[in-house]
Amino acid sequence: MAKEYEIIYMFIKAFIVGGSICTIAQLLINYTKVTPGKILVYFLLAGVFLQAIGLYGYLVDFAGAGATVPISGFGYLLAEGAIKGARENLFGAITGGVKAAAAGITAAIVFGYVFALAFRPKSKKN
Amino acid sequence: MGKHTVFFHNKPIIKATYTLGGNKEGSGPLGREFDFILSDDYFGEKTFEKAECKMLSRAIEKSIKNASLKKSDIDALVSGDLLNQIVSASFAARDYNIPYIGIYNACSTMSEGLALGGTLVDGGYMKNVVVATSSHFSTAERQYRYPLEFGSIRPPQSQWTVTGAGAVVVSGGEKHGQALTSATFGKVVDYGISDANNLGAAMAPAAASTIECHLKEAKRKQEYYDLIVTGDLGALGSRLLKHLLEEKGIDISANHVDCGELIYNIDEEEYQGGSGAGCSAIVFNSYIIGKMKTCEINKVLFVATGALMSTVTTQQGETIPCVSHAVSVENV
Amino acid sequence: MAERTRNNPNEAYIKYVSSVSPKTKETRSLLNAFLVGGAICVIGQFLRYMFEFLFGMRGDELAGSVSVVLIFLSALLTGLGVYDRIGKYAGGGSIVPITGFANSVVAPAMEFRSEGFVYGLAAKMFVIAGPILVFGIASSVAVGLIYYIAGLF
Repeated sequence: MAKEYEIIYMFIKAFIVGGSICTIAQLLINYTKVTPGKILVYFLLAGVFLQAIGLYGYLVDFAGAGATVPISGFGYLLAEGAIKGARENLFGAITGGVKAAAAGITAAIVFGYVFALAFRPKSKKN
Repeated sequence: MGKHTVFFHNKPIIKATYTLGGNKEGSGPLGREFDFILSDDYFGEKTFEKAECKMLSRAIEKSIKNASLKKSDIDALVSGDLLNQIVSASFAARDYNIPYIGIYNACSTMSEGLALGGTLVDGGYMKNVVVATSSHFSTAERQYRYPLEFGSIRPPQSQWTVTGAGAVVVSGGEKHGQALTSATFGKVVDYGISDANNLGAAMAPAAASTIECHLKEAKRKQEYYDLIVTGDLGALGSRLLKHLLEEKGIDISANHVDCGELIYNIDEEEYQGGSGAGCSAIVFNSYIIGKMKTCEINKVLFVATGALMSTVTTQQGETIPCVSHAVSVENV
Repeated sequence: MAERTRNNPNEAYIKYVSSVSPKTKETRSLLNAFLVGGAICVIGQFLRYMFEFLFGMRGDELAGSVSVVLIFLSALLTGLGVYDRIGKYAGGGSIVPITGFANSVVAPAMEFRSEGFVYGLAAKMFVIAGPILVFGIASSVAVGLIYYIAGLF
């Protein structure tokens, strides 16, 4: 019973934390007219910075996918990888970030290529 | 002769028109006015750019046919569109063995073309001139905004680029019909709007400047015209235009319509209406000319407006310069 | 700006324009972003549990696999022309999750395929997402170096 309760609680936390991060982005869109490309960069850098000072990890422990799925979680992954690498040697400090984020980058490139071959863009009506 | 206005004494006639619209335009309030509706915005081509070129080419061909003329009777083709290096117009002209005058004034290209075509015919230099413009939502979207499948949000002040192409044959030596009687060439006006999503607001001052100039130089009151037709200011831009003209003591609220407002069923919380070089081209040459043919209205001032920015200038933080040209069309 | 249009009533006009321009529907857009963004994260959490229980994944492997699946789903929905519909509705809710990153890669790749596979599809793939890699990787190296140098003392 305790386990099931914990899982449901985790889903709720993921929903609220993930939703809140997205709502902050929407606030930026509404009030500052900042473009989607810039939003992605800002949130990514925020994730990198928060992990660099050691904070984002707590959010990940607390909310799971609610903190890792937003692009700030990608930043967290990069920073966390670099920090881990830095504990080993200089080479690790430089390559650690990309190493940790390799799965995401590879998937985006490969699926991007494959689906661009398979589909044509459609015109819109609204 | 005014400073910016030329008066056509030989009354060049709009002999024939042809308009075609995309899917969305066809299901809009003016859908039945257009000569042809695309069932698919690809128009049987591999890319949207090729489709736009084919649309424009078809409009040119059919307008010549509607005028009962042959290609060899046409002395010049005055044409433009929104794409870089006006490729749709130039590539469409490739299909015709007609001297080609490529023009670009963004969404005001249709009225600019009519003003130029009218001048060429009125001066007796040419007998038949075809004026044609086009725009395509999917080619403009990629050039000015984002890829089609990118999940971005469209701000409510934005406008929707019309998929459509319109062509008109301007001929001399005719006695009756819809005649071009004067043209006012506009100045570039920039009131400092920098939001490329709010083109209606950027273009309204240009339209106001040209309308004021035209009425002054032609010594006409706004009531002289049954309709003052702006190109694609949209709902917001139209309100701004009326506000700007009111400040100058000109009230056009009784006889003003906007092609961008007419073409779609607008929900102002989502977007303000149509835009693009094809917008005024297909609305003016179908709906408005149609009303003139039935003598429902007899005197029209057609004032299309264009925003002259590019993505490069927008990213460099420039404001948006705009221009507007007016032609008066009257039943004779 | 001021020099060029000093004599025009442009400041007054700009003020007037912003006073009459329609505003984005505040509460609804925020609520949509919250609900859709939260839902995508819940799917991510579901995948985390699935991979953990079914394959016994942990740590980086688990996080990586979840990202890959989400990116796959987003790329598929983009190809089918669904993701841009979600984006129109959800705004920030579909931009900020990793699925938005995938969408920003797939959409231009599809769009520019007509210019060829090399200079079109492949070159334009990172038109929107390129800065994410540039800033992400550059900042991770900066963080790594700071930690490395700090570790020397």
